[in-house]
Amino acid sequence: MAALRFLPRLLPVSRTRLVRSHSASASGSVPERIAEKRRAALLGGGQARIDSQHKRGKLTARERILLLLDPDSFVEYDMFVEHRCADFGMESDQNKYPGDSVVTGQGRINGRLAYVFSQIMDQAVMVGAPVIGLNDSGGARIQEGVESLAGYADIFLRNVLCSGVVPQISLIMGPCAGGAVYSPALTDFTFMVKDTSYLFITGPDVVKSVTNEDVTQEQLGGAKTHTAVSGVAHRAFENDVDALLNLREFFNYLPLSNRDPAPVRKCHDPSNRLVPELDTVVPMESTKAYDMVDIVHSIVDEREFFEIMPSYARNMIVGFARMNGRTVGILGNQPKVASGCLDINSSVKGARFVRFCDAFNIPLITFVDVPGFLPGTAQEYGGIIRHGAKLLFAFAEATVPKITIITRKAYGGAYDVMSSKHLRGDVNYAWPTAEVAVMGAKGAVQIIFRGKETDAEAEYVNKFANPFPAAVRGFVDDIIEPSTTRVRICRDLEVLASKMQSNPWKKHANIPL
Amino acid sequence: MCDVSCWMSNVSSIIAGTRVECLLLLTFEKLLIANRGEIACRVSYNFQVIKTCKKMGIKTVAIHSDVDSSAVHVKMADEAVCVGPAPTSKSYLNMDAIMEAIKKTRAQAVHPGYGFLSENKEFARRLASEGVTFVGPDTHAIQAMGDKIESKLLAKNAKVNTIPGFDGVVKDADEAVRIAREIGYPVMIKASAGGGGKGMRIAWNDEETREGFRFSSQEAASSFGDDRLLIEKFIDNPRHMKSRFVLADKHDNALRNQKVVEEAPSTFLDPETRRAMGEQAVALAKAVKYSSAGTVEFLVDTKKNFYFLEMNTRLQVEHPITECITGLDLVQEMIRVAKGYPLRHKQADIPINGWAVECRVYAEDPYKSFGLPSIGRLSRYQEPLHVSNVRVDSGIQEGSDISIYYDPMISKLITYGSDRAEALQRMEEALDNYVIRGVTHNIALLREVIIHPRFVQGDVSTKFLPDVYPDGFKGHKLTDLEKRELLAIATSLYMAEQLRSQQFLGSPRISLAKLDLNNWELSIQLGDGTYSVTVSNNGSTFSVEVDGMKLNVTSEWNLASPLLSVTIDGTQRTIQCLSRDAAGNISIQFLGTVYKLRILTKLAAELSKYMPEKAVEDTTSILRSPMPGAVVAVSVKPGDLVSEGQEICVIEAMKMQNSMIAAKTGKVKAVHCKAGETVGEGDLLIELE
Repeated sequence: MAALRFLPRLLPVSRTRLVRSHSASASGSVPERIAEKRRAALLGGGQARIDSQHKRGKLTARERILLLLDPDSFVEYDMFVEHRCADFGMESDQNKYPGDSVVTGQGRINGRLAYVFSQIMDQAVMVGAPVIGLNDSGGARIQEGVESLAGYADIFLRNVLCSGVVPQISLIMGPCAGGAVYSPALTDFTFMVKDTSYLFITGPDVVKSVTNEDVTQEQLGGAKTHTAVSGVAHRAFENDVDALLNLREFFNYLPLSNRDPAPVRKCHDPSNRLVPELDTVVPMESTKAYDMVDIVHSIVDEREFFEIMPSYARNMIVGFARMNGRTVGILGNQPKVASGCLDINSSVKGARFVRFCDAFNIPLITFVDVPGFLPGTAQEYGGIIRHGAKLLFAFAEATVPKITIITRKAYGGAYDVMSSKHLRGDVNYAWPTAEVAVMGAKGAVQIIFRGKETDAEAEYVNKFANPFPAAVRGFVDDIIEPSTTRVRICRDLEVLASKMQSNPWKKHANIPL
Repeated sequence: MCDVSCWMSNVSSIIAGTRVECLLLLTFEKLLIANRGEIACRVSYNFQVIKTCKKMGIKTVAIHSDVDSSAVHVKMADEAVCVGPAPTSKSYLNMDAIMEAIKKTRAQAVHPGYGFLSENKEFARRLASEGVTFVGPDTHAIQAMGDKIESKLLAKNAKVNTIPGFDGVVKDADEAVRIAREIGYPVMIKASAGGGGKGMRIAWNDEETREGFRFSSQEAASSFGDDRLLIEKFIDNPRHMKSRFVLADKHDNALRNQKVVEEAPSTFLDPETRRAMGEQAVALAKAVKYSSAGTVEFLVDTKKNFYFLEMNTRLQVEHPITECITGLDLVQEMIRVAKGYPLRHKQADIPINGWAVECRVYAEDPYKSFGLPSIGRLSRYQEPLHVSNVRVDSGIQEGSDISIYYDPMISKLITYGSDRAEALQRMEEALDNYVIRGVTHNIALLREVIIHPRFVQGDVSTKFLPDVYPDGFKGHKLTDLEKRELLAIATSLYMAEQLRSQQFLGSPRISLAKLDLNNWELSIQLGDGTYSVTVSNNGSTFSVEVDGMKLNVTSEWNLASPLLSVTIDGTQRTIQCLSRDAAGNISIQFLGTVYKLRILTKLAAELSKYMPEKAVEDTTSILRSPMPGAVVAVSVKPGDLVSEGQEICVIEAMKMQNSMIAAKTGKVKAVHCKAGETVGEGDLLIELE
């Protein structure tokens, strides 16, 4: 653990010096010194810094932890750690803070164990409990030089080694710049606080001097940028309090580690509930859009759906929900956005989500209404082939229970990709409105007959624009009434709970990154 | 028909006959229902959920537009024919297509329901020429009564009291102003072909007359294809419209004059007035040789003078209340009469038993002008049929779409009791137990109206809403006790959820830590107030201390159920939790009104004060569509100067034209819509600088 002294700081430590009345005294008996250090540690950077943090609309690290964890459950570690930097005046006691600007420890969220921040990653892995980082840091302590870089790398390594063992969540609650950004990037989920958090490799000043671009912090690396444009962050919340309360809720969906099954919370929503609403949800015209999120809401327990990346690649929806109390990962094409096609961003979004669920034993439920991959130079030049392959790869290698519902279109290669029977889907259903085909009738007839006048379109529709061709071949297990979808999924999940499947031994697979 | 006097009574308006006998009667083999929604279902389905037509041995044919192809009325019918695209002019008013459907299905009779073609003489004529029976009066009566101008003259001749005014066609806005001045303000401008409040406006001055003339004629043209208008004296503060009891007009701005609550019998009429009205109604019916179900509407002023308003030559929207207190099945009677069976019951034979109240449940937002239409999918829908003596006439079900094309009525909710108090009490219960999700609805307004002291005393007029809510409807105003109850319920719900979040099934590898849920301190925001509460849990009961008062709240705490029955210190309440989120926001429908609360632990509430205030959008410089609809006209372009209150565009929704005005004086920055476009609620239309 010694190597992990230098960490991104939870508290933003400004470079100005503050005179602290409570600075640790070198004299006195050991018990007195312990008590003194503890008192000082609880105040972090001192009352003035607590106030300044509040003024910026932010909470202190300790306040954040209190909100995140169950009352009286926090057990703090490493309160006595201080930095050992001796340059540029950093050796002064005035620049040393017990705990060295980081608050770490473990506690409970709704009774379940969680580790907060990163020193304890080794223990988190040993015990098998998630790690939550609350990041609010100015970056490396420049005065520490290479030692701080080594500190980062130590964390990165631990992030990587933890990956797939325990869930890792980063909540960015202030600036997080430079090398520090790679820790959240390596974790499973990165959440941000709107207007008060930023993530960037280099700040606006450096950007200006290098590329002459004028850009604000917010534009460069604010919550909006990362949740809607870059896809770096998975979701953003209004403020610190909202973010922490949501994190508690999110935590409840996750298993503690890869050794645990998906959690099953007590459920009040009957598993045999019929959903008549679904019988009319898919519009008559196959070109008309509808909202896949409506379908998800009405099927899952109590309409609770924790959507991941709701503002990014919106043609694909992913998120967590529960079925009869058990956590499931939901994926779906979103016909409302770009007809629900697969493109580069949506494929990557879906792939990463599938791999998280597979790593942590969370069953996958996939709702398919996909007209195909998005054509065009932008997509081809951007590498849709290799990016689309990620989603294909992720679904194919996943060994968790996989249930697929084709609500309408399942065309071409995109049909194969979307957790099809051919990729070891456990149960694949089609609604009566399903159309499993190589492509839409119009396009197909144009290609087959090369523009010749023909009435073959009707024939094509009759032959392929329905669930039968797939059903007779066993590519879908059943054609079901939409209103019974919840009942069927709940029943299947019960059966599949004991599913055991393994892939051939390998060091690791080589997903097309 | 044998006995006209039976038809046109003042209270029960209609017919006689007993259901049992009808089972044996030979009627039509197949009947086409030229309507949609609740009334189409009603014709094939009666209120005891036995198909009226089916029990009479009649097969039914539904017609529908393409967007209605999976509507309930289509599913209920034996056959269904698509008669065109969504706009009513191309489907439900499309006579050619409907005649075609009749031929194709070989229907022998047509029931028109109300609205659409129910009072269209041309339709009745075409049916007659094809030898198809129209379940309703003959062409002559429809024509005479369907035209406001003609019916008024006819009524005058039959010595029926009529409203003073100009009984001719008004040519243009200038003439309208001239006539209005002659009559004296206020005046009522009415579409001659109108009905259902459409194409009807009240004007108090010249300017309003011009505007009213323009809107009414446009609306009349689009709704009825006939823009003729008449003008008459507006009877201010009428106590009561119709021979049946009428509560209030729906909009203070006189966009529509539609009723939301009705009841039978009337609380206002004394037997003498009722008899006098009945006599005049019968005189009028005889004058047009009437032979089917119909209603004569009268307007009664404060001095109990009554004036003929119009005669509806069709089944009334509110016929269920008549059915409830008379025990008749009016649709069945109409069909019998149409087939030529005589009436055997005289007015005196028709009993009036008990009291019935009908509320029209609409998909509309009562907080905006007492009801701006709203659209959406009914993501959850549950009628309060588990409450006794409740009848719900609806044409929708869970998953149905309330679209911009048709009337946004969700259902007619009828309760029945041995007396008025009982019927109203049931109505409260029924409204509390009605689950509607996915569209905004007017339950809050309905529930407020029926418990309002003025309504309870029977003191109502068509100006009830603007009188009682001069600043617009704001929802139920909680008493101190009710507020404490709400806070206690919300607290308990929050705690139930907190408890449930820790209940994991199976045996976890790392043992769970249990929370001590006693004496939790919470902070609740409700409206402008913040309240501190302390709560402890004991099984299914939560003890909540609010303002030094302890309340015990008991329930099953089923967090998935849309309805939650809770008992607070012995008082039973049915509440609905509409939403709750991780950040402590919770919406609860309590006493009909939805309250938004935020519940935080004491710690979270204390820390919340450090959270930054987020800037709120300045709404005066932008105009957003208040409802989904179509843009009819945009009267400004970027760069134009507009003054506050100036009309800048017109949105049509549910056939009603709504004038959108500038909220401030300024220059137009951008126009985001153009005429003919469809817009959704909240869509940005016009920006000012």
